[in-house]
Amino acid sequence: MTPPDAPGAAAGPRTDRPRRLRTGTGGRRGVPLPLLLPGVLALAFLLLPLLALLVRAPWRSLPGQLTGPEVWQALQLSLVSATAATAVSVVLGVPLAWLLARTRFPGRGFVRALVTLPLVLPPVVGGVALLLALGRNGVIGRWLDSWFGITLPFTTAGVVVAEAFVAMPFLVISVEGTLRAADPRYEEAAATLGASRFTAFRRVTLPLIAPGIAAGAVLAWARALGEFGATITFAGNFPGRTQTMPLAVYLALQNDPEAAVSLSLVLLAVSITVLAGLRDRWMTPS
Amino acid sequence: MTNSAESARNLPAPPTAHPHGPGGLHARLVVDRPGFRLDVTLAAAPGEVLALLGPNGAGKTTALRALAGLTPLTDGHLRLDGASLEHTPPESRPVGVVFQDYLLFPHLSALDNVAFGPRCRGAGKAEARALAAAWLERMGLAPQADTKPRRLSGGQAQRVALARALATRPRLLLLDEPLAALDARTRLEVRARLRRHLAEFEAVSVLVTHDPLDAMVLADRLVVVERGRVVQEGTPADIARRPRTDYIARLVGLNLYRGLAAGHTVRLDDGPAITTTEELSGPVFVAFPPSAVTLFRNRPAGASARNLWRCEVAGLQTHGDQIRADLTGELPLAADLTTLAAAELDLRPGAPVWATVKATQTHAYPA
Repeated sequence: MTPPDAPGAAAGPRTDRPRRLRTGTGGRRGVPLPLLLPGVLALAFLLLPLLALLVRAPWRSLPGQLTGPEVWQALQLSLVSATAATAVSVVLGVPLAWLLARTRFPGRGFVRALVTLPLVLPPVVGGVALLLALGRNGVIGRWLDSWFGITLPFTTAGVVVAEAFVAMPFLVISVEGTLRAADPRYEEAAATLGASRFTAFRRVTLPLIAPGIAAGAVLAWARALGEFGATITFAGNFPGRTQTMPLAVYLALQNDPEAAVSLSLVLLAVSITVLAGLRDRWMTPS
Repeated sequence: MTNSAESARNLPAPPTAHPHGPGGLHARLVVDRPGFRLDVTLAAAPGEVLALLGPNGAGKTTALRALAGLTPLTDGHLRLDGASLEHTPPESRPVGVVFQDYLLFPHLSALDNVAFGPRCRGAGKAEARALAAAWLERMGLAPQADTKPRRLSGGQAQRVALARALATRPRLLLLDEPLAALDARTRLEVRARLRRHLAEFEAVSVLVTHDPLDAMVLADRLVVVERGRVVQEGTPADIARRPRTDYIARLVGLNLYRGLAAGHTVRLDDGPAITTTEELSGPVFVAFPPSAVTLFRNRPAGASARNLWRCEVAGLQTHGDQIRADLTGELPLAADLTTLAAAELDLRPGAPVWATVKATQTHAYPA
């Protein structure tokens, strides 16, 4: 039995760093069983359900299933609302990321922690919180209703709000990281050329961090597309209005399992497309 | 104000008439940092090129950033052409900066980099681009107008940075180690070119460097900064001839000693006496070049005892086509000798030698 204190041996061949190849007992050859077995099991665990989806997909009736108006309605709503939520996240999230990365104010660390809270918060809790804030009797929703006649819950706009709430932290964290890595002296150079801080941001910083914004936006979009808990809690499940693809899948599973599988396949296809789009950024070895 | 006296003196020199009057730069820059305090006073007339020379960490770059408004002043003042700038944000100062690594915006072409300043200062897009094209033309970079910074050579990038800084028509041009990022061969050519552009520039230029050659070639006047203070200032010739600190003496390649003069003899603070041609009294510096030193393995017979010291070789290194010997002993000094002479004397670390310097080769001046 290989001693269990050889994580370097397992890491060595995978990360291909010569520094690590020398550590551990097995060097390049030995992959200790206590690591190999759970590792392969994990891989199977992650891939098998997706395989099952493909195996059990009703390929023959698939065209008919997917051309139904409900599917297109849900897919369209999903794409539109996820895109709108991403747009909201970019428009509001990039400035927030800039504030976090480039300014100093008391309690900045705390604010940063708050921004990441929706990342770990159960989405259903987020939906309840949104209802209490923006619902018809909510803290802010009350005023929105009486002053502007705007009601957000159980509307398409509500879907966008719920998705943005969950997705924006991904964008903020991603963009803030890019901003921290970007050289702030370019902004100083712009200042010496007569650019105000905002002009420097718009004409120098923004183009420099554009790849980071794009990556953050894709992450946020993917998260918004799959959003379920906050959406169903805050916006409900009305076909054509608030029923996005994940909600449609869940509903279909109760009545028409075959349709649920077909809808899932569509979402899987979209996810794989997104992953392929991100390939250059995250899947190439750094 | 001392301005009128300054102006009267400077009026005939540069042929430029500026609406604000020829005021130039008058600044006292005080910046407090934990464990460091910069306190320097600078003055320069329009058309003058000032070099801040000093070792790393002396505060030169901090002074430059303070002039640009990128580092706030703790105390002091900053007047440019008569206008107070100490509370003006960097974007409103008539100041152009060439940064050490140029900081050309990587996403913009050379032309758009140069047009950036004029655009920010209110020029229309077409106007700014025409202006930028003219500047690139002047820098000999017209063919590179559409090139992105990463495709420019070091020398080209330096010229784009200079064009970008000049395109806003600054009244104060700041250059941070303008030649440091270049390799030795480009450096020579860029230095000559930069010298020409600085000579043409009608307002004040301040450049920061730790390279004495750059400073002496490019600047009209040097300000030597050590540990946040000005330790000496003057023309390059003056500083090369009469260094006042060990750092400058080393830069200009002189042996420098401090002592008390009485007639032709200078009694060093912690060492022997040196005989000089100058007749002085009180605290003085004595300097002589390493090439003025003659070494002997044995005490030279018949030599007078004046300016003859018993030393020991501490180290040897090649210095151009010469050998530079660092000596310790009665008088620590550096001596230059030919390779042949070094071989004949059989010099090696630890070898005892006699060093002598003619009084006519020394230079004494009041401290």
